Amino acid sequence: MPAPQCASCHKARAALRRPRSGQALCGSCFCAAFEAEVLHTVVAGRLLPPGAVVAVGASGGKDSTVLAHVLRELAPRLGISLHLVAVDEGIGGYRDAALAAVRRQAARWELPLTVVAYADLFGGWTMDAVARSTAGSGRSRACCTFCGVLRRRALEEGARLVGATHVVTGHNADDMAETVLMNFLRGDAGRLARGGGLGSPGEGGALPRCRPLQLASQKEVVLYAHFRRLDYFSEECVYAPEAFRGHARDLLKMLEAARPSAVLDLVHSAERLALAPTARPPPPGACSRCGALASRALCQACALLDGLNRGRPRLAIGKGRRGLDEEGPPREPQPSRPLTSEPVPDF
Amino acid sequence: MCEMSEEYRESAPKGPPPPRLGTGDQKCVKCKEGLPVVVIRAGDAFCRDCFKALYVHKFRAMLGKSRLIFPGEKVLLAWSGGPSSSSMVWQVLEGLSRDSAKRLRFVPGVVYIDEGAACGQSPEDRARTLAEVKLALQTTGFPWHAVALEEVFSLPPSALRCSAQEAAGTEGAYKAAVDSFLQQQHALGTNGVERQSQHCAQDPQSPTGPPTTAQTQALSRLFDSVKTLTAKEELLQTLRTHLILHVARNHGYSKVMTGDSCTRLAIKLMTSLALGRGAFLAWDTGFSDERHGDVVVVRPMREHTLKEVAFYNRLFAVPSICTPALDTKAPEKASIHRLMEAFILRLQAQFPSTVSTVYRTSEKLVKAPRAGCAAGPRCLLCMCTLDVDTADSATAFGAQTSHLPQMQTPVTQARAAAGPCCCAGMGGAPGCCKREDPRAQVMEQLCYGCRVNMKDLPSLELLPPYILSEAQLRSQRATAEQEIREYLLGDSEDEAGTGES
Repeated sequence: MPAPQCASCHKARAALRRPRSGQALCGSCFCAAFEAEVLHTVVAGRLLPPGAVVAVGASGGKDSTVLAHVLRELAPRLGISLHLVAVDEGIGGYRDAALAAVRRQAARWELPLTVVAYADLFGGWTMDAVARSTAGSGRSRACCTFCGVLRRRALEEGARLVGATHVVTGHNADDMAETVLMNFLRGDAGRLARGGGLGSPGEGGALPRCRPLQLASQKEVVLYAHFRRLDYFSEECVYAPEAFRGHARDLLKMLEAARPSAVLDLVHSAERLALAPTARPPPPGACSRCGALASRALCQACALLDGLNRGRPRLAIGKGRRGLDEEGPPREPQPSRPLTSEPVPDF
Repeated sequence: MCEMSEEYRESAPKGPPPPRLGTGDQKCVKCKEGLPVVVIRAGDAFCRDCFKALYVHKFRAMLGKSRLIFPGEKVLLAWSGGPSSSSMVWQVLEGLSRDSAKRLRFVPGVVYIDEGAACGQSPEDRARTLAEVKLALQTTGFPWHAVALEEVFSLPPSALRCSAQEAAGTEGAYKAAVDSFLQQQHALGTNGVERQSQHCAQDPQSPTGPPTTAQTQALSRLFDSVKTLTAKEELLQTLRTHLILHVARNHGYSKVMTGDSCTRLAIKLMTSLALGRGAFLAWDTGFSDERHGDVVVVRPMREHTLKEVAFYNRLFAVPSICTPALDTKAPEKASIHRLMEAFILRLQAQFPSTVSTVYRTSEKLVKAPRAGCAAGPRCLLCMCTLDVDTADSATAFGAQTSHLPQMQTPVTQARAAAGPCCCAGMGGAPGCCKREDPRAQVMEQLCYGCRVNMKDLPSLELLPPYILSEAQLRSQRATAEQEIREYLLGDSEDEAGTGES
């Protein structure tokens, strides 16, 4: 059976059926529509004002590659300038290849690129070192907990370094939908109350961050990358993915199969949740050590690093928090940033 | 295999292997005397009496602490024949037969909706089920109403209007009502029992005769036209709710009780979430649901897990009737509902706290639109405040754009077009408002979730007339308001807003 005509331009043969609407479109019409939708998200949500210097969190993966490409197309219309910021987590055999992809992209699109490394920012702690340190604690999936928190911090630092006014990340609708499912399944009302919007306006001195691809499902992101022939890096991280997110991801895939709009419906739900005032977390303060946004005395990045440096990596995770003497004043014997390259056991 | 079993032994909570019921010398955890017959939670074995006390207490405490059901109030029990709602009817029956101090003080009736036509049951099967149902209803002794789903075709459009909400339910009002009721009881002396028997003697409401074949056909045509099982389930739920409310209003019931269990509500919560009903979760799963104004839906079984219900029904021989539902024999991936149910139950088997975690999280949700969303018009079908705002919501755009080239949803376009078109209509072109697509007319009166569902209905003309005529009425009213807005001076926006509410 020959492919039907494109439903939009009525000239070319359709090359795909859009997951969202089932419409048959040709490649160029789909890409145009995809870009128009991201533009609408940015404009309607007033995410990036004209004149903004935008740091794009680039990992080399499909989402950030598509995000950077789309924003580069839209940059003249939005009046923004872009700067790629990549984070080197220090994961041997995985990150180097991904960073090479980011470098190729930056060169092709002639965008400035800055790479910030965990090793430089966090006193020599690479993810490989963290993994070795947490390996003994019996729960290896803690790696993602560290990596996620530290990457967020690294991205922020990288963005400041290049003088950015805004940070954008490539989270897509699937990520958001998984997160809301997960937060319900583990009863995390605080996170449910906090999440939902398209980003945070930048409270407490943090740079405003947003997710322009949040309304694009993963399938569409991959399709866009396919039709624009984007070169991206797609390999699973060597440290196993989070087990619990796996449940939510499987469920989401099945839901999407039963009803293609389910991902977006979940995002809509997440946007509209109304939580009781008591379930909302208190307004965030500043970390007593580094001044970053924190909902406790120490920000999570400092707390994790603190635990690592004391040789008790699980200190700031889950129930381990009880061991963290964060309530008291910042401890005297240690300087404001006690970063050493070796874990120092102090017990 | 050996390792597996060893691991299991190790991970078992307390040293000794999990006790087998009835074999050891284990006693009930509550009274420390009785022989345990059922383990509800891990390790908590209850004897028959203690389990019953717990079960009954949960039910009564749910009603008691909410202070929503006033003494002497007429309450309609929505009974489907299934285990949870049967258990609820049984609880009410037992509660009414207790000694005077502890007796439930409301006046119950039971409604049964015969959904056979929607589920594709043959007339013979339906007749058989109905006979069984009627027998069960008669044995309760309550006034009862067995209504066929076909009756939605003769509902008036007013069924979709939400009457003014009474300012009842305050603490003071409840106390006053209880006091006056007690005084009344006192004056009547000890004839409470007689009062009760009076109720039982009431003529059961005979059903309004079997539905006509035309209506049955119309209903099956409607359900056959729906493209997905997900949308079918939602449509059935919507029509059933409308019908139950109509019965309640017609017979002067001011509360409707449904038998949703804790497990069911956790599944429903996650399903609603995936259907885009995030704004209404608290209404969909909370203890009381006041969205309909004059009739409040309450869910007194929401603390009971499905497991408890099943054990109670078995231990105390609570009868229930098994009828095929829409999703009977459907594969697991057939609908969002089925998927979510299977997922939650499977996760619950692995992690026994899943249901309670989801349920507790649902209690932290409130019945209020997220900050910044004003109370506006209600959804035509689910009667919740619309959660779709025009241009500036990014997701409204994201999910509703099925026709991309025009960059706008047909609905917002229609809305945008309505204004100028009708103003120009003064100078001629009388049919200009008719030009508006009737489908768009209905769609713009729906909330996000209902819009997504209605996309699976190729032709809205098959919907029962009350929905279509109410939709037309509302859109005419909106047009009229639009017209007079032109002539209002000053802050016309505000005035129109207050007039509407």
